[in-house]
Amino acid sequence: MFYREAGQFKTNYAADVAVFPILQDRIGLGIILFIAAVIIPWFGSSFLIQAVMIPFLIFSLAAIGLNLLTGYTGLLSLGTGAFMGVGAYACYKLTTYFPNVNIIIWIAASGFFSAAIGVLFGLPSLRIKGFYLAVATLAAQFFLSWCFIRQPWFYNYNVSGAIEVPTRSLFGVPITGATATDTTRYFVVLGFVVVMTWAASNLVHGRIGRMWMAVRDMDLAAELTGIRLLPTKLLAFATSSFYCGVAGALLVFLWYGGAEPAVFDVNLSFFILFMVIIGGLGSLTGSFFGAALIFIMPIVLRYFPPKLGIPIHPATVEHIQYMVIGALIILFLIAEPAGLARLWQIGKQKLRVWPFPY
Amino acid sequence: MDLLYKIFLDPFVQMGTAPDLLVQTLWEGLVAGVLYSLIALGFVLIFKASGVFNFAQGIMVVFAALTLVGLHEHGVPAYLALALTILVMLGLAFAVERLILRPLVNQPDIILFMATFGLTYFLIGFGELIFGGETKIMIANQLGLPRGAIDVKLAGGFVSIQKIDIAAAVIASLMVAGLAIFFQRTRIGRALRAVADSHRAALSVGISLEQIWVIVWFAAGLVALTTGIMWGARSDVSFALDVIALKALPVLILGGLTSIPGAIVGGLIIGIGEKLGEFYWGPLMGSGIESWFAYVIALIFLLFRPQGLFGERIIERI
Repeated sequence: MFYREAGQFKTNYAADVAVFPILQDRIGLGIILFIAAVIIPWFGSSFLIQAVMIPFLIFSLAAIGLNLLTGYTGLLSLGTGAFMGVGAYACYKLTTYFPNVNIIIWIAASGFFSAAIGVLFGLPSLRIKGFYLAVATLAAQFFLSWCFIRQPWFYNYNVSGAIEVPTRSLFGVPITGATATDTTRYFVVLGFVVVMTWAASNLVHGRIGRMWMAVRDMDLAAELTGIRLLPTKLLAFATSSFYCGVAGALLVFLWYGGAEPAVFDVNLSFFILFMVIIGGLGSLTGSFFGAALIFIMPIVLRYFPPKLGIPIHPATVEHIQYMVIGALIILFLIAEPAGLARLWQIGKQKLRVWPFPY
Repeated sequence: MDLLYKIFLDPFVQMGTAPDLLVQTLWEGLVAGVLYSLIALGFVLIFKASGVFNFAQGIMVVFAALTLVGLHEHGVPAYLALALTILVMLGLAFAVERLILRPLVNQPDIILFMATFGLTYFLIGFGELIFGGETKIMIANQLGLPRGAIDVKLAGGFVSIQKIDIAAAVIASLMVAGLAIFFQRTRIGRALRAVADSHRAALSVGISLEQIWVIVWFAAGLVALTTGIMWGARSDVSFALDVIALKALPVLILGGLTSIPGAIVGGLIIGIGEKLGEFYWGPLMGSGIESWFAYVIALIFLLFRPQGLFGERIIERI
């Protein structure tokens, strides 16, 4: 009733294969973008922008990156945290060596460093498959984490061992560092996420995306149909790491404002993997859903019990939080193993035929 | 040139001139390897029988050890606490089968893998909620485990061997032998191997998958308990122990996900390789290379044998 495409005729192929073929979807996307770009920065509180929206968008970007690799190409990776770290440290080194170049350029460029490292650690993927590959990518995770902790060159020989984000501005407005306002940073993050999501969407709907999906479904068969496995898998690793690298740079430069090496440990990798799997493997929308659920759930769990007037010891809250997250992960997997993206599809179908059952 | 000398010659010269240190390092590697093997064994048991890559094995080790110590702290005698802990692990096996495996039957591997992540988080929260997050001391004495060290004279020096390490090695060997007999000789063992070969074929000849899964998770729980006691006796019992699960992963892929001998051999290779690397090559690169050295060893082996040393050959059909 609310969501019916009757009367929307496609008169050419381009319209038929469009990413959003239904008018209501396009309107919905427009509304979401309007809320994100106008309503939230205008009316949102500082807490909403700084502690919820910025990290949510950054984690969504990282989840999209991992989804390109795990969801679309079927290569399970547990090295996401390290690749994000490469992006962050690359950006830090670049902006300290060349402080006059625009920081936006360096954030984007840091993705290429991350991509190069990703390709390097993706090389074994041609021979190693499945869980064996997942553990092999852990080698990247632990090796790179170790580099960030033990090699002082990465953090410019700071005594603290952490990196501090310097203030950099664009057209005279500071966008990183302590003086940048929440709203400015939010706009920068939003810009990156929108552009890169759009690029990812085009990538996965085109030839490259189809090659990736063919490799995911069965790499041997894909090879027999003429897809060269090594370049395809490495391209997936490179693209995925690029996204993760940019997300890592954004994470440090526009959210934390400084980072200890411990930020990029293996738990971050697992965290991003949760988002991808709970959101839905092989779905860009799902990456956003997953990031929202996994990131916002702990915040809700932390702030709700005190609001309801239930006095709980903070340590107990932490423990219960772990239990609830664990139980919810299992529950979501049982309810819909294909992830939130599938639930969204089912919901849309229900809306389409409402008030009839089918 | 100097660097090459330091990498390729100097460590071996050191090994030659101080054989007692070499033997000490080898022994420590061996002991660490035995413990890695035990954790990897828990993984392999579950992977073979249900195809689940059980990430929660590490936390099961901690959970079992914590339950044991926690019960003892509440005044339960040591051996009774041990028996009760075994019961708890049995209950856990039933709960996992009923609440996780059965609803998720026939789902892709990665979904089940993710579900064990959920289990990990749940057990972390649950364990800390009940037993508290602080570090505990393993009740090694009360369980009758030996302590102290033996010094063995060797080539002008001496090698110090902890008695608890010897006990760990002996108990681990006994357990592996017991499991091997169980798998080879008993009716249930045969059923387990049948399930490992093919779920569907096993079902068709009347083997109950549910029952087998409970047995396997219980066996993995027992292995976890043993590991927890041994590891806890060497250091302390705390949630920091769950990093050893990450240590066991390279062991697992080195030996092959489906092979019990693989888990043992892989554990020993990783344990010894790691200690030798840390001791002789570590100072060259800055310390702490233990954290990734095992993975690099495993990765090198994998490049030549993608299914691990003893894993079943991966045959793909189109």
